[in-house]
Amino acid sequence: MIQYLFIGLILIGIYGLLTQKNLIKLVVALNVLEVGVNLFIISVGYVKDGVAPILFKGVQSTNETFVDPLPQALVLTAIVIGVGVTALALTVVRKIYEKHGTIDLDEMGSESDD
Amino acid sequence: MMKRVIAALLVLVIGLFIFGNLYSTGEGKLFPKFGEVNLSERVSDKFVKKNVTGDNEANTYKETKDAESGSANMVTSIVVNYRSFDTLGEVTVLFVSALGVGLLLSGKSRMKFKTPPNFILKSGVKIIAGIILITGVYIFIHGHLTPGGGFPGGSMIASAVLLFYISDDEFKNKVKAFKFLEGTAGSLYLIFGLLGLTMGGYFLYNFLPTGVIGELFSAGIVPIIYIFVGLKVGSELSNLISDFLSEEGK
Repeated sequence: MIQYLFIGLILIGIYGLLTQKNLIKLVVALNVLEVGVNLFIISVGYVKDGVAPILFKGVQSTNETFVDPLPQALVLTAIVIGVGVTALALTVVRKIYEKHGTIDLDEMGSESDD
Repeated sequence: MMKRVIAALLVLVIGLFIFGNLYSTGEGKLFPKFGEVNLSERVSDKFVKKNVTGDNEANTYKETKDAESGSANMVTSIVVNYRSFDTLGEVTVLFVSALGVGLLLSGKSRMKFKTPPNFILKSGVKIIAGIILITGVYIFIHGHLTPGGGFPGGSMIASAVLLFYISDDEFKNKVKAFKFLEGTAGSLYLIFGLLGLTMGGYFLYNFLPTGVIGELFSAGIVPIIYIFVGLKVGSELSNLISDFLSEEGK
């Protein structure tokens, strides 16, 4: 079952978020989690032998099996928001690196150190 | 080490919970089996047949006239017609995140790379960037007919802008139009929504004639809105790139 693979991606993302100390790796884990969720949502709307939900020549919307367009529309939203979140997260990481000189959570000093 | 074990155990518990309940039958039925979806039981059936308000049964390419939402691409008709308010919120989220990046990285001067752009990059960009820009514009103009739309088209435009930034150190000083373009496109989206409110009684009402499904000038305000979304996303991502390449001071 391919859906188990997508849930596997979600679990890998959660594990990465819990264990990693490197901030860039945290952002990567967040993206893996997001990709897993997106793929799973799309797979929920998959119809066997379905075609893309676009009317084209010789196709009528009743006698042709389309895949569910609603999850695809939702994932379109989720991808764009994921880009925004990733951009903001990377900005914060860059600011942290400029202040502390490291992106490892353990090596970071406290506020009063510098 | 201990932390990793606890994390692995936690993930295992979550995984067992999800795997155990994913295809459970009976009262708390969550998901159908993969590929065994019956579309006529779902809400999407009404979106596909375009009969959310009426009793329209079938749509044929290049024949059906004045359908509820005239776009041949059903994902587009959901994103920009049935759930257009959702898309307005999404564009706002992207705007807020771009604003946050701009606030945090408010550098004036352009970051210099260690190796200057070489001849191949400079002349290659001149050939390729125009093609990328035109493809991006094509994708968001035909968003209601073919796969794609404002968001992928806008990203392609931003990728062309990224090439300009890499190949030319002075590009930021030459082009200042992106902030203006972004604001204008976003405001026009809102203005079209308010026009729908005055003409049809609903915010973002599709007040233009929807035409014949499959033609370029069809679907009412859907292609117009998608052009605004494409321009906004393109200029917004270009602003993000420009912010990431900026440096403080000097």
